Amino acid sequence: MPVTRFPTRATGMADRMAGFVAHLRMNGLKLGPGETGDALAALGHVDTIDPAQAKMALRALLALDAEGWRRFDDLFDAYWFNAGKIKEGSASSHVRTQSARPALWQPHLDDTQGGTEDSAEMAPGLGDGDAEGADGRLIATRSDTLNKRDLRELMDEQSLRDAQAAARKLARAIRDRRSRRRKQGRRGAELDLRRIQRASLARGGEPFDLYHRARPDRPMRIVALCDVSGSMTVYARVFLAFVKGLLDVDTTADAYLFHTRLMRITSALRDHDTLRAAGRLSLMAEGFGGGTDIGASLTAFCDTHAARALNNRTVVIVLSDGYCTGSPKALADALAGIRRKARRIVWLNPLLGWKDYAPVAAAMQAAMPYLDAHLPANTIQALAALEGEFSRL
Amino acid sequence: MKHEELQTALAGTGYVADESLAMALHLALALGRPLLLEGPAGVGKTEIANALAEVLDTRLIRLQCYEGLDAAHAIYEWNYQRQLLAIRAEAADEEALFSDKYLLKRPLLEAISQDVAPVLLIDEIDRADEEFEAYLLEILSDFQITIPEIGTVKAKARPIVVLTANGTRDLSDALRRRCLYTYVDYPDRETELAILNKRAPGLEARLATQIVGVVQALRREELEKKPGIAEMLDWAAALAGLGINDLTDDRTAVQATLVCLLKTAADRDAAPVEVMDRLIGKVA
Repeated sequence: MPVTRFPTRATGMADRMAGFVAHLRMNGLKLGPGETGDALAALGHVDTIDPAQAKMALRALLALDAEGWRRFDDLFDAYWFNAGKIKEGSASSHVRTQSARPALWQPHLDDTQGGTEDSAEMAPGLGDGDAEGADGRLIATRSDTLNKRDLRELMDEQSLRDAQAAARKLARAIRDRRSRRRKQGRRGAELDLRRIQRASLARGGEPFDLYHRARPDRPMRIVALCDVSGSMTVYARVFLAFVKGLLDVDTTADAYLFHTRLMRITSALRDHDTLRAAGRLSLMAEGFGGGTDIGASLTAFCDTHAARALNNRTVVIVLSDGYCTGSPKALADALAGIRRKARRIVWLNPLLGWKDYAPVAAAMQAAMPYLDAHLPANTIQALAALEGEFSRL
Repeated sequence: MKHEELQTALAGTGYVADESLAMALHLALALGRPLLLEGPAGVGKTEIANALAEVLDTRLIRLQCYEGLDAAHAIYEWNYQRQLLAIRAEAADEEALFSDKYLLKRPLLEAISQDVAPVLLIDEIDRADEEFEAYLLEILSDFQITIPEIGTVKAKARPIVVLTANGTRDLSDALRRRCLYTYVDYPDRETELAILNKRAPGLEARLATQIVGVVQALRREELEKKPGIAEMLDWAAALAGLGINDLTDDRTAVQATLVCLLKTAADRDAAPVEVMDRLIGKVA
């Protein structure tokens, strides 16, 4: 392997090491100025003549996470062995640092994007025709040029991140439910005087055994059911980001996706490997952007997952516009079933934020009696505003 | 000690470490920095600390992290009962009440008050809360703990700190930067065979190859919980215990022993007889 020939002004080990750290930093590893010195110190403890040893030593020191660990080999070779496209002598101090780390989950469903764009144009009521009545829709900022613009551009990473952040807040608001009552606890904040006194009788009046009282945590679980049918296509990406945000905070949360069938996507959304997660999701989303059968999907949920997923501390969140080709009766029955097992059912409806929208669709009419709340979710702001609503539920 | 020597010494205790892990441990010892180990469950992250303590002939102090772990359980606590007794007996003045005698040392304080540097294992740090992680940062950089009633306790000998995590939650960059890092992955075929030979020396070479082959193949299947090294060793022990010398011999018995490898119902269904036949057929 050809060893990099450094320009003459980069003299000595320290300068080159500074260049290497800058090179790593430019490639997204988060390293501070102190690491250069550490790296030199580390090399003092190994046989520096052997590049393999030096590589291993520097990797242990400079790779901060699994991602950096995997990429380190290539980055090392690129700098010291000239294998990459690195500009020679990058040992200058003004290296543009790449600040933002790659967005965690932006490319989800990219593979299905071709299909969704088509159906987006066919989607009824969501094209440019309604733009004036739909102030603050998720996609509404440039609605005049909507039909020319790529959905991905409109649904930029920032709004996906915002949706995730809103969801995290929401999930925290739901989860944080400390009981008002106090129960005996092993390490509570306060002493349980009555119990201590009672126990002291056995010790000749000495308050010898200490008992504590604590407010027990009673966290709420979240189960999210996300509609990804044709009419929801424009919202699907943001809603999936939202659902991912819910899962991020709460390790017990559960997520499902439905159009005409129902799929559990909890493990796919939890996948740390974003590429694999995207692959798994797109496999699952086969039929993504097709028709909707909310009733059948929820019935399937009741039959299979509900027994495990629901308890009386569960909030069920349905993200759907309520346009459904199935029978309203089935939907009502399914919701009644969920209602019996879960604490709350909340329906987040992107159409609800529209002017003049009334839930007249048959499915919505059938569902209304079973809902604890029917809330708008058409903009990121609306999603963020849900936090207040949820803490009241 | 150079890293090859460390590797050999670890092998002497029955731990087969690959070269980059040995190097990371060597640097951790040489630079006095904590070592953060990440990787899937069951690849022997915790075991490293045990082996290291054995090699260095020192104590292993272990702190198992969990959600809600607090200072009283990680650092120190006063022994209130003893203090109360002492007050009743009027044998103690206030000074004496807050002395070493009434201090219950928890793992972190224990680790920094040893005369000989121990190995401090902080297991599954990602399960602890973020506040605890922040507190840990202070201890890991200064190796001192402040007890208001007594004063600051400084480490007599810097403990060798090993942290493990498996991705329950993202660790802060500050913690990562203070540590050396190693990602411990599932071992490759040769390493795993070496591990199996070390841990189960009586096993027939042919069976050992088959076991490792099947486990490696199983890890490539779509499983919820991939079998780790511990599972592989369990399985080998089970097969040896049943007197099976060849995986192709007694298929029903082999299928029954899969309980050692596959720990969820979904995984059990994902590896029916046909799939196992295919995997075993490949390695036999």
